[in-house]
Amino acid sequence: MATLDVAAIKADFPIFKRTVRNDQRLVYLDSGATSQKPFQVLDAERNFYENHNAAVHRGAHLLAEEATDAFEHARANIAGFIGAQPEEIVFTKNATEAINLISYSFLNATLKSMRGAELPKGAERFVLAEGDEILVSEMEHHANLVPWQELCEKTGAVLRWIGLTEEGRLDLSDTGLFNPRTKIVAVTHQSNLLGTVNDVAAIVKLAKSCGALVFLDACQSVPHMPVDVVSLGVDFIAWSGHKMLGPLGIGCLWGKSEVLSAMPPFISGGSMIEVVSMERTTFAVPPKRFEAGVPMAAQAVGMSAAVDYLNAIGMDQVAAHEHMLTQAALAGLSDIPGLRVIGPESSVDRGSAISFVLEGLHPHDVGQVLDESGIAVRVGQHCAKPACLRFGVQATTRATFYIYNDLEDVDALVAGIYSAKKFFGV
Amino acid sequence: MKLENMYQEIILDHYKRPHGKGLAEQFDSEVHHVNPTCGDEITLRVSRGEDGNFVVSYDSLGCSISQASASIMFDQINQHDFDSGAAAVDHLVSMLQRSVEPDEDILGDGIALAGVAQYPARVKCALLAWMAWKDAAIQAGAESLSGTKISSDSNKEQN
Ligand SMILES: Cc1ncc(COP(=O)(O)O)c(C=O)c1O
Repeated sequence: MATLDVAAIKADFPIFKRTVRNDQRLVYLDSGATSQKPFQVLDAERNFYENHNAAVHRGAHLLAEEATDAFEHARANIAGFIGAQPEEIVFTKNATEAINLISYSFLNATLKSMRGAELPKGAERFVLAEGDEILVSEMEHHANLVPWQELCEKTGAVLRWIGLTEEGRLDLSDTGLFNPRTKIVAVTHQSNLLGTVNDVAAIVKLAKSCGALVFLDACQSVPHMPVDVVSLGVDFIAWSGHKMLGPLGIGCLWGKSEVLSAMPPFISGGSMIEVVSMERTTFAVPPKRFEAGVPMAAQAVGMSAAVDYLNAIGMDQVAAHEHMLTQAALAGLSDIPGLRVIGPESSVDRGSAISFVLEGLHPHDVGQVLDESGIAVRVGQHCAKPACLRFGVQATTRATFYIYNDLEDVDALVAGIYSAKKFFGV
Repeated sequence: MKLENMYQEIILDHYKRPHGKGLAEQFDSEVHHVNPTCGDEITLRVSRGEDGNFVVSYDSLGCSISQASASIMFDQINQHDFDSGAAAVDHLVSMLQRSVEPDEDILGDGIALAGVAQYPARVKCALLAWMAWKDAAIQAGAESLSGTKISSDSNKEQN
């Protein structure tokens, strides 16, 4: 079994030097919301500002050159992390913006085509007609649901969704959901609520049989397991830097070159142009077409340092470590009377996001008692209200694990739940 | 443990045995307020009597603080007129911002909610039912004693 040197890893994360609530050690089980940052990431960002700060891709001076190099090196490094080419990586504010970038490409292509405006070659795939279909699943984060609802409302396309089995897996039995009107299938790689890791190959096969594009929400997969976009066979993925040890304020869209090239721009302005006159503008090739304005170079450098940090450990090791913790946590939780796991109860095809409810105890109260013992979990609907509804729960308590967690943290969680039950007398 | 400051016995009693829970058939206005981060929900109805007092009924789901607070809200402001109810809401808000000393005459058992002020994330839970009442009363045509109509747009933050 793989074992990470968690003590050594923790020493890299300044936040673990502080204590919480009555001087207790911090048990951080909320990496699914955002991860903590090692000093290597913080230093990389600081070093950029201290030594190379300039607006990238603008200016002819030394600092602008260095800043541009640092930014483009970060892009290449991050691309390599998921088996992609640098020009296929678009930097965005976060995953949410990346998903909006795609949905707005559909909208913009549709609107421009109605007016006969010029579109990139191949943009027909992004032009929606009334009755075209967009397929999502019932386990999506609101970030991969609401933008598609909005798109449907504006274009007359129809939103359809893949339902869930009792165990919390995609129910792919209704193959009619994949049909010639399906333009894009947008599903998550790993559910942030249920922990389910979806069978991407099966989805890609069904989607390709009807010619649909496939978008994979990789927010909860890229930080936690090896991801290789070529073998996945999807058209796009998106994820956020802040959930993979990187800074806030940066995310990535990866798209196949030929797909990105066919997309009209989302946000427009400086840096994304080719030739501008008062009458009209032609646009740069991707990724610049999608990166209007002065980009977040320091954050890109920080995210690249996060990639280095994870590569040094090895993503296989990261996944194995989390798997070990997930198994231990599921075992510990399943012994607690009145506790119900929402999502797969076995650790097969499952990540470390574990949601649960306790009979007679509201998640907010559970979270409060855990917090009093220094244990940070997330409570509520986790931006996945439809999936909560599907399982008949108003909210859940969710623990998520990462490289700086160990079995002691799992024990603390289990003990904390027992004390919550005792405190409330259930 | 600081936790006991928030979860006082009296709060847990209201949580386990809420007062006035259940929706009345008759009502002049109904509101549904939610706390989207944690999923607390309340449906609240008021009907306005001849005397200008509001009869309150509600149904709710959520954490102990939101449920206990709804029960206390019922005890304190059911059958009250708008000014008196709104004064209680204002007092609760001020107490949770730690800008007034809790006044039992105004809040009754609600003074036990003072401990919530130490946990900013829970303030919304404690306010949910009270804000719903204010919204519902305004929608039902509340008039303050001075006779001026109150506009409802200042109360949307819970939505
Ligand atoms: C599965 C999933 N998708 C999308 C998001 C949105 O990420 P962000 O808020 O960083 O844009 C998250 C995280 O909150 C997530 O877990």
